[in-house]
Amino acid sequence: MLTKLLSGDMPRSKVLAVVLIGILFCLAFAPFLFPGVRSVDTAARICVFIVLVASYDLLLGFGGIVSFAHTMFFGLGAYGVALASTHMGRGFDALIVGALAGAGLAALLALAIGLFSLRVRAIFFAMITLAVASAVAVLVSQLSGLTGGEDGLSFKIPRALGPAFKFADGEILGVKANGKLLKYYLVFGSCLVLFLLMLRIVHSPFGRVLLAIRENDFRAEAIGYRVVHYRVAATCLSAAIAALAGALYAIWLRYVGPDTTLSMEIMIDILLMVVIGGMGTMYGAVIGATLFVLAQNYLQGLMDVAGGAVSALPILPELLNADRWLLWLGVLFILSVYFFPTGIVGRLRQTKST
Amino acid sequence: MSAAPDHTPTMARMSFGERLAPHAPVLLVVGLMLLGFIAIPATSSWLTLTVSGLAMGMMIFIMASGLTLVFGLMDVINFGHGAFVSVGAFVGVSFLLMLEHMTGASSLMLNLTALMVAIIGAMAATGLMGWAFEKVIVKPVYGHHLKQILVTMGGLIVVEQLIIVLWGPEEIYITRPEALKGAITFAGAALEKYRLVAVAVGIVVFAGMRFVLRRTKIGLIVRAGVENGEMVEALGYRLRLVFVGVFIAGSALAGLGGVLWGLYQEVITAHMGNQTMILVFIVVIIGGLGSVEGCFIGALLVGLMQNYVAFLEPKVALISNIGLMVAILMWRPMGMIPVVKAK
Amino acid sequence: MSDPILKLDGVYTNIAQYHILQGVNLEVPRGQVTMLLGRNGVGKTTTLRSIIGHWRAHNGAILFDGQDITKLPTPAIARLGIGFVPEDMGIFADLTVEENMILAAVSGPINQARLQWLFTVFPALETFWKKEAGTLSGGQKQMLSIARAMIEERLLYLIDEPTKGLAPAIITTMARAVKELKTQGASILLVEQNFAVAKALGDTANVMDDGRMIWSGQMSELATDAALQEQLMGLSVESE
Repeated sequence: MLTKLLSGDMPRSKVLAVVLIGILFCLAFAPFLFPGVRSVDTAARICVFIVLVASYDLLLGFGGIVSFAHTMFFGLGAYGVALASTHMGRGFDALIVGALAGAGLAALLALAIGLFSLRVRAIFFAMITLAVASAVAVLVSQLSGLTGGEDGLSFKIPRALGPAFKFADGEILGVKANGKLLKYYLVFGSCLVLFLLMLRIVHSPFGRVLLAIRENDFRAEAIGYRVVHYRVAATCLSAAIAALAGALYAIWLRYVGPDTTLSMEIMIDILLMVVIGGMGTMYGAVIGATLFVLAQNYLQGLMDVAGGAVSALPILPELLNADRWLLWLGVLFILSVYFFPTGIVGRLRQTKST
Repeated sequence: MSAAPDHTPTMARMSFGERLAPHAPVLLVVGLMLLGFIAIPATSSWLTLTVSGLAMGMMIFIMASGLTLVFGLMDVINFGHGAFVSVGAFVGVSFLLMLEHMTGASSLMLNLTALMVAIIGAMAATGLMGWAFEKVIVKPVYGHHLKQILVTMGGLIVVEQLIIVLWGPEEIYITRPEALKGAITFAGAALEKYRLVAVAVGIVVFAGMRFVLRRTKIGLIVRAGVENGEMVEALGYRLRLVFVGVFIAGSALAGLGGVLWGLYQEVITAHMGNQTMILVFIVVIIGGLGSVEGCFIGALLVGLMQNYVAFLEPKVALISNIGLMVAILMWRPMGMIPVVKAK
Repeated sequence: MSDPILKLDGVYTNIAQYHILQGVNLEVPRGQVTMLLGRNGVGKTTTLRSIIGHWRAHNGAILFDGQDITKLPTPAIARLGIGFVPEDMGIFADLTVEENMILAAVSGPINQARLQWLFTVFPALETFWKKEAGTLSGGQKQMLSIARAMIEERLLYLIDEPTKGLAPAIITTMARAVKELKTQGASILLVEQNFAVAKALGDTANVMDDGRMIWSGQMSELATDAALQEQLMGLSVESE
C-alpha cells in the first residue's frame, strides 16, 4: 500500500525515512501541534514550497534543464486565482477556474518557450527563461490596472475558508473549528496529492526516459527517443504544477503580488532548496523546502543576534546582518553544487549504502 | 599540379537573395532604422531616438562581448557576468565621486581625465575579479553546463551581496562630468553629449576587438579556438591560458560597460548587472553564441528596438525585444551569425 | 634498430566506459615511415589521440625521444616536436588558408623558404592562399591539414588517414608529401586503410586488432604475404 502510494520510491535510508515521516506528521497536524498564527502560516508555506520545489526538481533534477521562469509559472497560477476571484466574485468556482486557467496558460507558455529554445540548445532555455521571466515581471508591475502593479491584489475567498465560518461547535483539540482550519487542510491535502502525483510521474516510463536523457542525451536520441519532445513535455508538466502551487499559495494568503510570487529572490530560493535538498530525488524538495522556510523564518533572527554580538568589529557586523542572509546562502549554494551535488538526500542515501 | 577538382564558387550563378544573405544581419539594422523612421512622426525625434538606441546598443555590446567569446572559446556559460557590470559601476562611480573636483570643473580635459581614471580603475578591478572568478568559480565545473549555470548564478548572488556590504544597500546617484552634461542640437534634434560619447567608445571597442581578432596571432588563436580548441592545442598553444586571458578581458569590458551604463542611468544599484543581463542574453542569443560580430549587430538591434518602442508604446518596450528574439530565432535558430563548431 | 623516436609501452585508454586501447605496444623508428594498420574501430585513431594527449592513457607509458610524455598536456607534447594531422583534418573553417598556416607556425613568423617548398608540394595551397578554409574541397582541406603540420620542422608526424575519400591524383600528392618529409629525416606514423598506399610508403608496419597490436614487422614482409594479410586484417585488401 505504502509502496504503491510512493510509486515504489522508498526513502532507502533510515534517517531520511524518519525525517520524512517527521515532516509529514508535523505538517499533517500543524494546526494542533503549533497553534500560533505564525507557525500555521509557516506550515502552509512549507507545503506550497514543497510542491513548487518538487516541480522544479522535475525539470532540473530529472530533465537536466535549468529554468529561471519557474516563479513566472508560480505567479501565473496565483494571479489566475486572484483575477478569477476578483472578476467572478468569491466562490469555489472562481478558485477552480483561476487555478486551471493559470495552469493551462503556464503549460502553454512553457510549450512555446520550450519549443523555441530546447530545439536548438538546452542552455538557450536558461537564458531565454531568464529574459522572459524578467520581462513578465516588469509587465505585471506596469499593467497595474489589471494586476494591481507593485501593490498586488487582495481578494476574497469563499466564506467556507474564512475564520468566520464555523463547521463545528467549539474547538477540536483546543483549535477553533473554523474555515481557516479547513483552508489549511485544503492546502495540505492538495499539496500532498500533487507531490504523490509527481512521484508517480518520475517513476513512470516517462520519468525513466527523462533520466536517461539527463545521463546522456545523445544516446537517448540514438535509441530513438525524441529528446526535445520529452524535455518540452517535462517543462509543461513542471510549469502546470508550479502554477497550481501558486494558486494554493494565493488562496492561503488571499493576496498576490510581485514580491510573493514573481521576484527573482523567490527563484533563487527555489534553486537553493532544490540543490541543498538534493537534485533528482523528489524527497530533496521536501527536505530543502522545510529546512529553508524554517531557516528563513527563524534563523534570520539568530543572525541579528550574532551581528549584534560583534558590532564593535569592522565589516563583520555588516556581513552578519540579517539582510545579508542571501550572501551566506549564495556561498552555501556554491559549496553544495561543488561538494554535495546530490544534496542532503543523496548524502543520506549514500551513507546508508556504504 | 594536382588534378583536384577546383572548387571555385561562381558568383554569377548566385541569386540576388543568396548574395544578400551574408549581409542580412547588417541590413536588418538599417531596416529597423527605416521602420523607425516611418513609424515615428517627427524626424528630429527619430534622430534623437536613433542616437540613444545606438548608444544603448554599444553599451550592451561592450557588456556582452566578453560573455559571447568566453562561451565560444571554452563552452562556458557565465550567468554571473552581470556581477562584473555591477562591480565596474560601483568602482568607477567611487572614483568619480572621489574626483568630484575634476568632474565638477568645466574643463573638458579634466572631466575626461577623471573619466579615464574611473574607467581604468573599474576595468582593473573587474579584470582582477574575473581572474579570481574564473579560478574559484568556473574552473572546477568545465564541461558541465548545468553546474556552470548554477555555480555562476551563486557567484552572482555572493558578489551582489558583497557590493551591498561594501557600499551599502542604497542606490547611489551620480551626475555626469560637467562637459558631458546637456545636449547638442543637430538638424533640429537634441542629441545628448553623453550618448554620443557612448557611441564613440562602443565603436572604438568594436574596432579594437576586430583588429585583435583579425590581425594578431592571439586573435587567430581565439578564433580558431572557438571553432576547434582541441586542434589549437595540438598545434602547441596553451588554450587554457588564452581562455583565462579572454575571461579577464571580457570581465574588464563588462566593468567598462558598467561605468558607462551607470553614468547613462545616473544611478547605480547592486542589481543593475543582473538587470542588464536580460538584454545581454537576448543579444548574445540573437547574435549567435560565440560570434563577436553577431553580438555587435544584435546589440544595435536591441538598443534601437528598445528606444523606438519605448517612445511609441512604453509598456511593451521590454516585451518587444523578446519578440525580436523570437522572430530572429525563427529565421535563424542558431542566431544571426551562427558559429560553426568542429565537433 | 637504435632507440626509437616514439615508444608505446602497454598503453590502455578508456573513452567513457569503453576500453578502447588494451595494452598497445608500438615502436616508431627514427627517419622511417611507420604504418599503423587494421580494420575500422580497432583503436588506430585512439592510439594517435593518446599520443598527442587528446585522450589520456590511464595505464602504460608513452616515450617520445626518450622522454615520458604520458602525462604532459597536449600543447607541451606538440611543442616537443610532434605534428598532428587528425582524422577530421581539424581545419579552421572560418580562417583563411593563410591564417591557418600562420597559426601552424607556432615558433614565430612563417619560414618563407619552407613555405615556398610547401607550395611546390601542394601548389593548390598558393592558389587558395587568401580563401576561407571552409570553402575548400575535401582534397584541398586535406592538403592544408598536412601542410599545416609540415610548416614547422618536426621530429615526428602523426597522420591519420590522409587519403580517406580522396581522388587518386590527390592520393599521389599526399604520398609524395610523406616521402618528402622522410627524405628530410623526419619520422612518420601513418594510419592508413588504403593498402596500396601503405605498401608504397611504409618501412615498418604494425597491425592492430581489438585495442592491441597483433603484428609488427617490416612492411615488405607483410606486403608479400597475402595469407598473413588475410589473417591479420580479415580481408583481402590486395584485391582492391
